[in-house]
Amino acid sequence: MSLSDFLQRAMSRWMKDGGPEDDIVLTSRIRVARNLQGYPFPILQTDSHANEIIEMVDKAIQSEPMRGLGVFELIRCRDLSALDRQVFVEKHLISPDLAEQEKHGAVVLRNDELVSIMVNEEDHLRVQCIMPGLKLKEAWELANQIDDALEQKLTYAFHEKYGYLTACPTNVGTGIRASVMMHLPGLVLTGSINRMLSAVSQVGLAVRGIYGEGSESYGNLFQVSNQITLGETEEEIVQNLQSVVMQLIEHERTARQQLLQRNRIQLEDRVSRSFGILAYARRMDSKETLERLSDVRLGIDLGIIQGVSSGILKELMVTTQPAFLQKYFARELSATERDVRRAALIRERLRLDDTEVHG
Amino acid sequence: MICERCHERPATVHVTKIVNGEKTGYHLCEQCAKEQGEILNPFVAGNAFDFNKLLSGLLNMESSSGYAPVQTGNLRCATCGMTYNQFTQIGRFGCPDCYDNFSSRLEPLLRRIQTAGTHTGKVPVKSGDQINQQRKLEALKRELQQAVSNENFERAAELRDEIRAFEQNSDS
Repeated sequence: MSLSDFLQRAMSRWMKDGGPEDDIVLTSRIRVARNLQGYPFPILQTDSHANEIIEMVDKAIQSEPMRGLGVFELIRCRDLSALDRQVFVEKHLISPDLAEQEKHGAVVLRNDELVSIMVNEEDHLRVQCIMPGLKLKEAWELANQIDDALEQKLTYAFHEKYGYLTACPTNVGTGIRASVMMHLPGLVLTGSINRMLSAVSQVGLAVRGIYGEGSESYGNLFQVSNQITLGETEEEIVQNLQSVVMQLIEHERTARQQLLQRNRIQLEDRVSRSFGILAYARRMDSKETLERLSDVRLGIDLGIIQGVSSGILKELMVTTQPAFLQKYFARELSATERDVRRAALIRERLRLDDTEVHG
Repeated sequence: MICERCHERPATVHVTKIVNGEKTGYHLCEQCAKEQGEILNPFVAGNAFDFNKLLSGLLNMESSSGYAPVQTGNLRCATCGMTYNQFTQIGRFGCPDCYDNFSSRLEPLLRRIQTAGTHTGKVPVKSGDQINQQRKLEALKRELQQAVSNENFERAAELRDEIRAFEQNSDS
């Protein structure tokens, strides 16, 4: 199978499509946690409880209100191979925890993979909508519609005072976690990232460098999300996150312009070297891949590199992961083999584009 | 280099740990690293910072510090059987009824991890009818007070009638 055929089949819409502010915001995601009344939370669940819940959810997605919202399919974890479950994790459709729930877990997917509903993860239901670019409101509206449609068939555990009841009290109330994945190389390179992030964390939002340990970030990728779920409305939570993200975008754009004006040669050199390494290297580990891709994406955004799709960062950060590599090369790969195959896949991918590097 | 754990396979994973400022390093094969939980898949978001772990840390701190000398040993959810002590260990409740059965201990906890103790967001359509009615009535009453203090008596009269009609409807 050619790489472009493979990508055509493997990529979800959030990986392919562009969206508002997508030079900086990779994705917007809303997750809503719900539980069914009269059942213990998954942590105490028996086999028969788990099956009943899966059956009720399956019935609910076949019902009229859900059919109006797209084509949904329920897949039980036990019907997926371990590798396919891992691919789902890498596509952000399910969590690593659900992938391990071989016996009790299931996932409902909408055919465009913008919606996934995890069943029997930490909570009975976790409705997730993921969209490309800054589309928090759209993602919340869609999650809200799906929640309403499901509720017509399912009775949620709801408390007058505490709102939607969740297994963990960090989610109680709205049960909503809104998060935005941002690419912030300008703020990192100009050294102002820590100041920004500490300011963000003071307004009730959590920031983490994605993929790194603690606050360390690979590839200048950061995830900003709400921490509080009780006492604020869903709209307030979404609006608050949106406005902070807009401010971060402004600062990032200013930082990029400063870099271009003050350190143009260094920036062009850095971007071009990273591009050269991606285009010619024979071994790439996942950390370096993300770092080089971040530089290349910055180069694309600033017009230093032309002819490479701007979606390359988002696309390759998913498709160069272990399970995807094993899917593409159709065999099990050790860590060392993966580094070799990853480099090969990146070289092949870059050849699909018609590149020019400007100096 | 051979794996320092199984002494069989070649070491491909190099682990560096900093514990209390002291740096140690060792070399493992991929399988042992996986078994030891040393491989953090660098691509999977969501694991780096686990809210639940943080929460159970907070709860344990509370029960061990003598800061809140409350007897929790006997507190147990009558529905699912989970004890409050178990909850502090795992950071998760066993069933929806735990919220009511542990309510005496829940308030201070929620004050720590959330801003407020009362839900103001969405209410389920099916089961939330009464709550929706109550919220609407409260909103009307707030608006009435506002109208009175603004000396907008015309609007206040309208609101008074609306509230009266609303209350009569819900009584019947």
